[in-house]
Amino acid sequence: MQTVFSIAIDALAYGMVLFVISIGLSVTMGLMRVVNLAHGAFAMIGGYIASYVARDLGLGYALAVIAAVVITIFIAIPIERLLYRRIYGQPELTQVLMTIGITFCIIGIANYAMGPTLKTIPLAAPLRGSVDLGFRTISIHRLFAIICGLAVALGLWFAIEKTSFGVKLRASVDNAAMAAALGVRTEIVYAISFAVAVGLAAFGGVVGAELLPVEPYYALRYMVTFLVVVSVGGAGSIPGALIACLLLGAIDTTGRYLMPEFGEFFFYLAVIAIICVFPRGLAGRIK
Amino acid sequence: MTLAVNTQTILSRPRGRSFRRDLMGVAVIAVFAAAGYILFPDNLALLTRILSVALLVLALDLVTGYCGVATLGHAALFGSGAYAAGILSAHYGINDPLLMTLGGIVAGAVAGLLCAVIMLRAHGLPQLVLSIALIYLFHELANKTSSWTGGSDGLSGIMPDPVFGLYEFDLFGHTAYFFGVALLLIAFVLLRLVVRSPFGMLCRGIKEDPLRIRALGASPNAALAKMYVISGAVAGTGGALSAISTQVVALDALSFTQSAEALVMLVLGGTGSLFGALAGTLIFMLFEDYVSAANPFHWLTMVGALLIAVVLFAPKGIYGTAAAYFTRPGKANR
Repeated sequence: MQTVFSIAIDALAYGMVLFVISIGLSVTMGLMRVVNLAHGAFAMIGGYIASYVARDLGLGYALAVIAAVVITIFIAIPIERLLYRRIYGQPELTQVLMTIGITFCIIGIANYAMGPTLKTIPLAAPLRGSVDLGFRTISIHRLFAIICGLAVALGLWFAIEKTSFGVKLRASVDNAAMAAALGVRTEIVYAISFAVAVGLAAFGGVVGAELLPVEPYYALRYMVTFLVVVSVGGAGSIPGALIACLLLGAIDTTGRYLMPEFGEFFFYLAVIAIICVFPRGLAGRIK
Repeated sequence: MTLAVNTQTILSRPRGRSFRRDLMGVAVIAVFAAAGYILFPDNLALLTRILSVALLVLALDLVTGYCGVATLGHAALFGSGAYAAGILSAHYGINDPLLMTLGGIVAGAVAGLLCAVIMLRAHGLPQLVLSIALIYLFHELANKTSSWTGGSDGLSGIMPDPVFGLYEFDLFGHTAYFFGVALLLIAFVLLRLVVRSPFGMLCRGIKEDPLRIRALGASPNAALAKMYVISGAVAGTGGALSAISTQVVALDALSFTQSAEALVMLVLGGTGSLFGALAGTLIFMLFEDYVSAANPFHWLTMVGALLIAVVLFAPKGIYGTAAAYFTRPGKANR
């Protein structure tokens, strides 16, 4: 029983970190129909910036998080305007190549600028240490990650369901041409959601740095995981992404606990099974 | 519309001319092979590696270029061929290189069938993710069944007998190189026949408009699965060649990176053309050998920049752009 709870808590923390990073990818993919393989690279940039601010400059953790989000968005804007703009509406192969190219470039530059070693982000004092939950102790940081994930899910749900921007966003996701004809400035909706997506990726990269350590190959190593989450959940669906993250987090963590020697084998097997049964994702809508 | 135009131009081409083009292709490959042999006699290992990867890229071209299935997991077929050939030799003592190659072909075709059955269930992003999940699954499987595959240490103990009992695999790789050139030439000629056959045209049609093909009474998925099996056989040949020539199979043969690089080579050369696949492989591998020796991370940055540049400025790839330039000088930018 204790094992079950342990697995559940760890799976929840892992799933929430996955959710924070990949929800932006899911929304932009549903909205712009771009297969963005470079999303993990933005999370990595966020992690690097936070590490630099908190460890090398010695500023606080909160400041590091804010700096990571803001600077990553500023880095992403020119990339979006110069490169992504050209691949909207292109065939998938083109999009895959362009975004893989961007990922490779970012990996190479990150390694050149920051070195190949693993970067840590020193935590703020209240986040260090651990609490006793009765059946096991858990580091406060994991609890913090879970709370962040829940907050992001709640915030996004509110923004999309309850605000006027959310209405425009949903309209553009459903039918961009029609929304534009009705007076929705779809380019602005696109730009804002891209910025939010990148910002969330950076935020997730920082918060999840303990679970997904920041190093140059981060972008390539977890790219698959993020894509899998979006594809399993169904692009553009927040509940779908949440379910997919929790499910995949549970499968991955359980596999690691019970059969560590088989590593990711069951994870990928589960992914293939899920996609074969639900080709459009768990909450995917029919095109 | 494009489909109709393509079909017309290709069908109206006289039979003799395409035959002449085949001969020319064979001659060009032979000339390049001879030039490589004369110019880089000390680096035959690299050239043989280029040959085996060229087979993988040709196989990928069949699926991606001719059928329009974007996949990031094609090394699964290549690696299956490599491991099959290696296991035949290391565990069963079947050391005849031709039998090992046959083993690679069969294993590649079976892996191709398996991948096709799984991948053709989805389209678009889920399909791409399936291909990635498949290559990782193959990778993990090979990693865990280490009693058969050697795991992360690699599979060693492959000792191919002389070809036809006459030509021994020497330390300098002369035999392996000629063996590879022969395999590539045979594969190239057979593939020219396949892509020009009615079946090849059907696959092109599926790429352009699957709905219309279905309306014409053909089954897209059956044709794609068939093409996947052919592609698997070609990729398996490449894998077997790499196992025979290097006498070791590493887990890299089944890696995501290998798949992604193959895709980059294909796009660099130009999709939908066998010459494009060959040209892309040659240019990429020579460039890689030269630059990555200096600094592997700069190499990654350069590959990335190169990819972005190709997508922005030469979407048809190097061969496609060059061919368009030479055949229609007036419409080179079209």
